[in-house]
Amino acid sequence: MVKIRNDISAENIEMRQVYCSSLIEAAKKDPKIVTVDCDLSSSCGTKDFSIMFPERSFNVGIAEQNGCAMAGGLAASGLKPFFHSFAVFSSRRVYDQIFISCAYARQNVKIVGCDPGITAENNGGTHMAFEDVGILRAVPEVTIVEPTDTVMLKNLLPKIVDTNGLFYIRLMRKKAVGIYDNGSDFVIGKAAQLRSGNDVTIIAAGIEVAEALKAADQLKAEAISARVIDMFTIKPLDKECVLACARETGAIVTAENGNIIGGLGSAVAEVLSENLPTPLERVGVRDCFGQVGSIGFLKEKYGLTAEVIAEKARIAISRKTRQ
Amino acid sequence: MGADVMFERMRRLSADIRIWTLRTIGDAGFGHIGGSASIADVLAVLYGEVMQIDPEHPDWEDRDWFVLSKGHAAPALYATLALKGYFPMEWLKTLNKPGTNLPSHADGNLVPGVDMTTGSLGQGISAAVGIAAGNRVQGRNSWVYCILGDGEINEGEVWEACQTANHFQLDHLILFVDWNKKQLDGRLEQVNQPLDIEQKFRSFGLDAQTVVGYDTTSIYYAIKKAQSVKGKPHVIILDTFKGLGVDFAEEVEFNHYLSFDRSKAEAAITEIERRYAEGTYPRGELRW
Repeated sequence: MVKIRNDISAENIEMRQVYCSSLIEAAKKDPKIVTVDCDLSSSCGTKDFSIMFPERSFNVGIAEQNGCAMAGGLAASGLKPFFHSFAVFSSRRVYDQIFISCAYARQNVKIVGCDPGITAENNGGTHMAFEDVGILRAVPEVTIVEPTDTVMLKNLLPKIVDTNGLFYIRLMRKKAVGIYDNGSDFVIGKAAQLRSGNDVTIIAAGIEVAEALKAADQLKAEAISARVIDMFTIKPLDKECVLACARETGAIVTAENGNIIGGLGSAVAEVLSENLPTPLERVGVRDCFGQVGSIGFLKEKYGLTAEVIAEKARIAISRKTRQ
Repeated sequence: MGADVMFERMRRLSADIRIWTLRTIGDAGFGHIGGSASIADVLAVLYGEVMQIDPEHPDWEDRDWFVLSKGHAAPALYATLALKGYFPMEWLKTLNKPGTNLPSHADGNLVPGVDMTTGSLGQGISAAVGIAAGNRVQGRNSWVYCILGDGEINEGEVWEACQTANHFQLDHLILFVDWNKKQLDGRLEQVNQPLDIEQKFRSFGLDAQTVVGYDTTSIYYAIKKAQSVKGKPHVIILDTFKGLGVDFAEEVEFNHYLSFDRSKAEAAITEIERRYAEGTYPRGELRW
């Protein structure tokens, strides 16, 4: 059951701080948790783990391929390794190591990709993972989770620790917009409904969840009732939720911080077109490269704002009427 | 047991590994015979005498571990594991047949005794580093053995893994390089100048030796010597020949992957038995 905050605003603590403190808490109880870092532990926030557990922390330097396949070996020996780097390196750079030494080898590895999509901000196009979800969705048996805020992250992490199998955790490292109140409980693979609504459903993930809520507010002023779903588990997708939304609202908008090719929008489109064709509009990066800029600038640049989501909702609703 | 008996047993096991590798690939009709044949001797030393293992309990946590980083030589590993009793010898007839438990590259999920799935070159060594590190975290005293191909060490990841193994002083990790002088497209120096392989590993912080890679006795003593060196990982470069001990493969320049049938395999087995009975090395050189 989730509880929504009354004041939806920026949190006062960074995601990486909560990630690391949650991992340390879990590791105090579970001696099998180890970390692999690639010279970005200061950036990804795992430095405190290495101070607390020096024997269980492996910083391999700028050698991601080795670090990722090593994580496969650590898992083969019976441990639960958490591999960290920026999302571009944690996905694209180590794709074959994830595929063979983690996924195909059926190893219990947790891959953390920091700074996904436009949250890479001033690191720019070289460091801006728009495609990570798309390429990783094509890896069999992986679970892809994008925690929305620190409440969700803190709640999910012990569950991820206790779930055997390969995970990709798409983790923004700075301050998220706080959506959930303490006490919220999440289930991996089950979407969270933030708003009820009958005219259209906005299915969002990551930083786009807050934009989706703003869009729903804008639509409400026009007497459009928009349901808002936080699809924090992108794979396996909560198919039942998607189909229920399609049946009950008749129009869907997806919103994601990444390329619409292969990501959340694609995943929803696959479910709808095979089961219940429904007007669908996708908000996301429209197949282009990243660039430097603030989150605000980049949201405008790539059309990831509440205004774009609201506009796409109107379009989806109009298509529903025509049908 | 006297040392002579032990060394004789290793020599016999290496002949048997070659024989069953040939039958396994011969039944499939095609396969990676060149690089499988050249690791038969080191496998005989490891699985025959050196490794602490229990074929009845392949997942025994305190065992010694083995990673075939050159995963395409899996037929030799499968033959070894079957001979050691990890699974029925009949399985060897199914290599690469539909629905088999024995695919062309070493599969840790299908094959009892395969400690890590490999096949994408360069990754097995990283996994072996991870296993060695993981054993240390869990307070085990196990040894981790890993065979690399001499073509495989083209991969940059191999050298990343060596740096990591050195940095974390993983002295229970022993690597082997099957220096059989050829990779798929030709001889090493034609494809990618290998430079001084032993020196390269030494530069990356490993305790390095080079031995006659088809002399089981030399391999055995090299392992014992490596185990006595503390504080750093080890590499033993096996000076071998691609196709070693399989007469028809020895004669073919491009012998990475050959097609042959069971009758050709049996003819080659006759030659293996002849060399074994004569007391010659797999290449046919006199041992004494």
